[in-house]
Amino acid sequence: MTRRWVGPALTALVLAGAVVLIVFLPRMTSEFRLGQFTYVAIYFIALLGLNILTGYNGQISLGHAAFMAVGGYTAAVLILGQEGFKLVGQEPAEIIPKHGITPIWTIPIAGLVTGVIGYLFGLPALRLAGVSLALATFAVAVSMPAIAKRFEHLTGGGGGLSLPLPEAPFGWDISPPHWLYYEAWGAAGILFVVAWLLVRGRVGRAWRSIRDGEVAAVSSGVSPAVYKTLAFGISSAYAGVAGALFAIQNSYINPDTFPLTLSILLLASAVIGGLSSLSGVIVGALVLEFLPIYAQEPPVFDVNFAKQAAPVVFGVVLMLIVFLMPGGAAGLLRRLTRPIVAAASRRS
Amino acid sequence: MALLAVENVTRRFGGIVALADVSLELEQGAIGGLIGPNGAGKTTLFNLITRLYRPNEGRIAFDGKDLTRTPPHRIVRLGIARTFQSVVLFQNMSVLENLLVGAHARLRPFSERRGRKQALETLDYLGLGGLAERFPGGLPFGTLKRVELARALAARPRLLLLDEPAGGLNHEEVGELGELIRTVRRDFDLTVLLVEHHMNLVMSVCDHVHVLNFGRTIADGPPEDVRRDPEVIEAYLGASDSAAA
Repeated sequence: MTRRWVGPALTALVLAGAVVLIVFLPRMTSEFRLGQFTYVAIYFIALLGLNILTGYNGQISLGHAAFMAVGGYTAAVLILGQEGFKLVGQEPAEIIPKHGITPIWTIPIAGLVTGVIGYLFGLPALRLAGVSLALATFAVAVSMPAIAKRFEHLTGGGGGLSLPLPEAPFGWDISPPHWLYYEAWGAAGILFVVAWLLVRGRVGRAWRSIRDGEVAAVSSGVSPAVYKTLAFGISSAYAGVAGALFAIQNSYINPDTFPLTLSILLLASAVIGGLSSLSGVIVGALVLEFLPIYAQEPPVFDVNFAKQAAPVVFGVVLMLIVFLMPGGAAGLLRRLTRPIVAAASRRS
Repeated sequence: MALLAVENVTRRFGGIVALADVSLELEQGAIGGLIGPNGAGKTTLFNLITRLYRPNEGRIAFDGKDLTRTPPHRIVRLGIARTFQSVVLFQNMSVLENLLVGAHARLRPFSERRGRKQALETLDYLGLGGLAERFPGGLPFGTLKRVELARALAARPRLLLLDEPAGGLNHEEVGELGELIRTVRRDFDLTVLLVEHHMNLVMSVCDHVHVLNFGRTIADGPPEDVRRDPEVIEAYLGASDSAAA
């Protein structure tokens, strides 16, 4: 007799452990370290979104940093309002609200705005697939900084926009970085559950069926137009939330905050985490935050690399990961846990 | 009134006429056979009925409704499901998930549990019960064909289109297939249209046979009549007899 609950029980245990770790991490680490883990949460959200689009739906995006930028600017502009905008020495555009709003509310709004823009981008993208789509999204990421500089009444131009650090609400006695850490991981938790609910059911299957065989999917009643644009919209909304949190955490946004390289690293990290699986996304996020840092000062060797060597170390490690873990971290996890689950299921 | 009515349909690809002025009717509950040499336009007709292609001329009606204006993903909702000549399964999804995609048009949010139960029942019915969690990769070809049939049945269609269901099957499997098609028609209350090269299967299973050659209809009628039609013997049976000899 097989015990079907073993796999889910193991998952629940790991998730509970992760929640406990996230909640108590601030007590175990410095404020500086904590900031790094806030970025891990932010990348985690962006990678969840990218995985929905690229992993589950098979649409490659090399421009996700641009969608993060849209979210970041939306949040920044809403936090500052016209009043705050003037303080940075720019004349604000008419459509910017007069007064700034509480930072936390700008996060869902940024998600919504970016989601709509991503959905609209998804409409022409319906005609593209594979490498052509990768190029089109890449073009968006390439042009984003120039566009941001050009519309300085909306973005503050090259000088960028400085943002105040948000205070914790309800008179909660924790420092702003501490609060931001919880805010980011709170959003990450909610969006993880949303992503999980989406990919496990009818919608997720429709996405994957299009990825695996569009003709058979159509003949089964799945509309590629509906589900591909939906994937673009949702994926962009995730990127928008991540971008908003990034801008707030960074206290500053300018056209170089979300560079082209970030788009590429996001895709690389999605692959490292494992496409079309949610279990490895956290690994992708950890790699994206910490690998560039450790590439400069490798902790294993007592070597101080020149700054120029860091990208090389980064690249080599990336290649090793891809070679040693086909299927990414999620694939490795599956290989490691399958015997455990199987053994536990058999024993009865 | 016929359940499926193909009326004077023409389809061209560039300068090539794949189907020329083809008409075909299929009564509710019948098993129709569509035969003809390679390149006769059989699969093209399937693709026109499922709206993967649009006819250049003519119209196709299902249960009185004109299909030419229906978007392709709506076809299954109207009650038409199909299999493919070369099995097209979703490779990175389990057999069960393949069936659930097949049931996509019927499933509503929160009907997941019922959908799974029905899909498992369909798998059991086709003798695939143990394969629910397996992936298509590595399963034998005959089994894959059956999984594809199961996926089509998961949509609970009224009309089932089978594109060369006997292709790649061994002699014994072909015999079982004829029996299976008849049982499935009865148990699922189906009308069936099948494209097939395997003449014995067509002649034993079908109530009605339509013969295409170079995109044109050369015969249409009950199997015993079609079998005796000189033009059919010339174009198709003769060729296959000499090939068999």
